[in-house]
Amino acid sequence: MTSSNRLPRLPLVALAAPASLFFVVFYLWPVVSLLGRTLTLDSMRAAMHDPTIRHVVWFTAWQALLSTALTVVLGLGPAYLLARYEFTGRRLITALITVPFVLPTVVVGAAFLALLPDSLDQSVTAIVLAHVFFNIAVVVRGVGGLWQQLPTDLTSAARTLGASPLRTVREITLPLLAPAIYASASIVFLFTFTSFGVVRLLGGPSRTTLEVEIWQRATRLGDVSVAAVLSVAQLLLLGVAVAWFAHLQSRQRRGLQLQPVAQRQRARTSRQRSLVALTSAAIVITIAAPLIALIERSLRTANGHSLAAWQGVFGASTDQPARPTTGVLVDPLASLATSFRFAVIATAISLVIGATASLAIAALGRRGRLLDTALMLPLGTSAVTIGFGLLVAFDSGRLDWRASPLMIPLGHSLMATPFVVRVVLPVLRSVDAVLRDAASTLGASPLRAWREVDVRLIARPLATAAGFAMAISLGEFGATSFLTRQGRETLPIAIERLLNSPASLLHAQGYVLATVLAALTFVIVAAIETTSSGVDRRA
Amino acid sequence: MNRLVATALTLVLAASACGSDSKQAAEVAPSSLTLVAYDSFSLKPDSFDAFTKSTGIAVKIVTAGDAGTMLSKAALSAGNPEGDVMWGIDNTLLARAQQAQVFSPYKSSELAALSPTAAALVSGNLVTPVDEGDVCVNYDIAWFEQKNLDPPATLDDLLKPEYKDLLVVENPAASSTGLAFMLATIAHAGDSAWQQYWTSLRGNGVKVVDSWDLAYYEQFSGSTGKGDRPLVVSYGTSPPAEVIFADPRPDRATTGVVDATCFHQVEFAGVLRGTKYPTAAGTLIDYLVSKSFQELLPLTLFVYPARTDAVLPAEFNDFAVRPADPLVVSPSDIETKSKDWIATWTNLVVR
Repeated sequence: MTSSNRLPRLPLVALAAPASLFFVVFYLWPVVSLLGRTLTLDSMRAAMHDPTIRHVVWFTAWQALLSTALTVVLGLGPAYLLARYEFTGRRLITALITVPFVLPTVVVGAAFLALLPDSLDQSVTAIVLAHVFFNIAVVVRGVGGLWQQLPTDLTSAARTLGASPLRTVREITLPLLAPAIYASASIVFLFTFTSFGVVRLLGGPSRTTLEVEIWQRATRLGDVSVAAVLSVAQLLLLGVAVAWFAHLQSRQRRGLQLQPVAQRQRARTSRQRSLVALTSAAIVITIAAPLIALIERSLRTANGHSLAAWQGVFGASTDQPARPTTGVLVDPLASLATSFRFAVIATAISLVIGATASLAIAALGRRGRLLDTALMLPLGTSAVTIGFGLLVAFDSGRLDWRASPLMIPLGHSLMATPFVVRVVLPVLRSVDAVLRDAASTLGASPLRAWREVDVRLIARPLATAAGFAMAISLGEFGATSFLTRQGRETLPIAIERLLNSPASLLHAQGYVLATVLAALTFVIVAAIETTSSGVDRRA
Repeated sequence: MNRLVATALTLVLAASACGSDSKQAAEVAPSSLTLVAYDSFSLKPDSFDAFTKSTGIAVKIVTAGDAGTMLSKAALSAGNPEGDVMWGIDNTLLARAQQAQVFSPYKSSELAALSPTAAALVSGNLVTPVDEGDVCVNYDIAWFEQKNLDPPATLDDLLKPEYKDLLVVENPAASSTGLAFMLATIAHAGDSAWQQYWTSLRGNGVKVVDSWDLAYYEQFSGSTGKGDRPLVVSYGTSPPAEVIFADPRPDRATTGVVDATCFHQVEFAGVLRGTKYPTAAGTLIDYLVSKSFQELLPLTLFVYPARTDAVLPAEFNDFAVRPADPLVVSPSDIETKSKDWIATWTNLVVR
C-alpha cells in the first residue's frame, strides 16, 4: 500500500472520533472512577498473597484455552458447510446456530444440566461442552463470513495440480482463513475466560473463574477493593491475550481478491449430498436438544405437565381465588418490549461506532491497533466493574444518570461494538490493495477510492454485525443486572428473577420467557440472514 | 461539675434541635420518594397507594440486585444515595451496612408494635425491622414415607448413615441461603467444633451447588425439578409456597421443615444517609411497618411480618414453620468473622 492512497488526515480523525469518545466516556472514565474509589495497596497485597486467587487464575486460563481450541475445531465444519453449500434450510440453520449465543447462560446452563448425565454434573467437561455450545456461532459466523467470499479458484487450482483434499485445506484454505480464525478465537477466548453463568451452574462450587471470584468478593463479601484488583488483573491478562491474537491475525493478513458474492455451490455428487445432510442434521440435533429441554421445563408442574405457566405469561388468567394476593416479580410481556427497544437502540449505537471505528482502524494501519484493542476491553472487563463503574461515574449533579433508561443500551453497545469491529475489520483488511491502487490509477481520489472500495464492501458484514449486536443486547445479563430498574427489566433479567422465585409456577414462567427469547432470536437472526442475502444478490 | 455538663448538654441538644428544626422547615415535601430494594421485592405497585393518598407522595421502586449487591452499591455511593429508603438489608449484612455508613438513624413511631427480638438486633435506631424468616432444612415428605424412614430431626442427625447422600446445600460464598445454613451450623456446633461438623457432613455425601434455585428446583426431589435429593436447605416458608402454587392444590403439605436446623433472618429498612427528604423518608418507614402493609408481606415475599399484631394468611398458619428457638449469630460476629469462616468452609468442603 503506498502512502499516496491513504486517506487524508481530516476524514481519518472524523472516523476515529466517535469510537474514541464513546470509549473514553462510557468505558474508561467509569472504570477509572471505580478503581480510583476502591483500589488500595492493602487490597493488592492481599490479592497477591491469596493462594485461592492463584488457583482461580490458573483454572480460568486453562479452561478458556481448552474451550477456545475445541470451539474453533468443532466450528470449522459447520462454517464450511454454511459458507460453501447452498441448500434448503441453510439460512435457518445459520440462525439456529446463533440462538445459544444470545440466550442467557443461566438459562441454557439449566437446560444443559437437564440433559447432562449425572457423571458429568459439576465437571470441567460440562463447562467446556457448554462453552462450545454457546460460542460456536462466533466461529461459524466469523470464519464463515470470510470463507464464503474466498475465491474458489485457488483451491480448485491446487486440486487440479494434484494436491490431496487434506493438503489443500492445510496449505491453502486454512492459511487464507487464518485472520478470521484468530479473530473468532480471540472473541471465544474472551467469553470463556470471563465465563460466569456456565461456571456457576455446571462447574460446582470448587471451580471458580476470575469473573465469579470478582462477583463473589464484590457482592457477597462486600470486598469491592479486592474485586477491583482482580478486575484489573483480569483485564491485564486478557489484554496480553487479545494483543497476541491481534498480532497473529495481522501476521496472517493477506491481500485477497474477495468475491463480493458468496461462492456457494449446490451439493451435486451423492457424497456431497450426504455430507450436507449429515452435518445439517448433527447441527440441528445438537442445538435443538437443549432448547427442547427448555420447553419441557416450561411445561413442568409439581404433578405433571400443563400450559399453566404459558397462560400465566400470556395473560389468559390463571389467577385462582387463592392467588390474587401473591406478588408480581416482573411483567413478562413488558420485559419483551423493553428488551426489544433496548436492542434496537444498542444495535444502532454499536453499528455507527463500530463501522466508523473499523474504517478508521483499517485506514490507520498499525496505529489503528490501539483503538482496536481499546474497543475490545469491555468484553474482558468483569460485568461488576462495568456496572458499578457506570453507577459511580455518573452519580452526581447534572451527570446523575444512574436512573437514566439509556444506561442499559449504552452498556449493551459497549459489549456489541467489538463484535461489529471483529466482523467488519477482517473483510476490510483483506481488501486487496490492488483494488484501491486500481481505483487510484483510474483517476479516483484517495477519498473516492476509499468510498467506492471500502465503504461498499462493508455493507454485508454490517448486516451480519447488526444481527450479532442485536443478539448480544437481547442476551446481555451481567452489566444489565447492575443497571436495571423496576419496570425496565430486560428478558434475561426477567428470566433470572422468575427462575429464582420461591413459587414453582413463576419458576416455570422463567422457562417460558427463555423459550420466547430463543424463538425471538431465531426469528431476528433468520430475518437478517434473508435480507443480507438480498444484499448479496443485488451486489 | 455536673451542672456544667448538664448545661453543656442542654446547649448542644438545643443547638442540634434548632438545626434539625430548621432543616425540617426547609424540607419541602417531595412529589415522590425512591425505595431501593433487592430484586425479588415483588410487591405490587398499588401496595403504596394508601401512602400516596395520605401524604401526596408517590413511591418509586429501584431494584438493585440481590441484597449483597444492593449493599455493595450503596456502600460505594454512601452519602449520595440512589434513593431515600432502602428495604432488605438482613442481619447477615447489618454490621457491614453500619460500617459503610449507608443509613442515617430513624426511630419509627411504630417501633413498639414490632418484634422485640428483631428490634433488639439494632443499636441506635439505625434501621427498622420489617420482616423475619428462617433458613431451614426442608424435606420431601413423600420420599421419606415411601422409604419408611423418619426425616432428620436435628443438625446432628444429618451426619447419620441413613441420611447419606440425601442433602443438598448452597455455597455460602455465593448464596445468602448457603451462608445462613453455614451460620446455623456454627451457632449449633460452636466456634471450635463446626469445622469437624462439616468434615463429617462432607463424609456423609452433602452436595453443594451455587444458588438456592439450583438446589431447590434442580436437586431437591420435593419440588417441580424432581431431583434426587430429598433434603435441601431452603426456607421455613417454602412449604406454603409449594402448596399455594401447586395446581391443583394439595390438601396437605408436600414438604416439611426440620425445626432444629433453622437459622433466623431479620430484614430491615432504613433511611439512606444523604437523602434530601429525611422526614418524608421516615414517614415511608412508618408506612412499611404499618399493619396493612405488613399483612401484604407473607404471600408476596414469603416472610413473616415484623409487626406482631399482623394477621397471617391461613396458608402460613397451616403449612409454614416458625421455630420457637431458631439458631442465631450476632450481626457483629457475622461481619468480623464470616470472611474467614467462608474461606475455611471452602477449603474444608469443596477443595
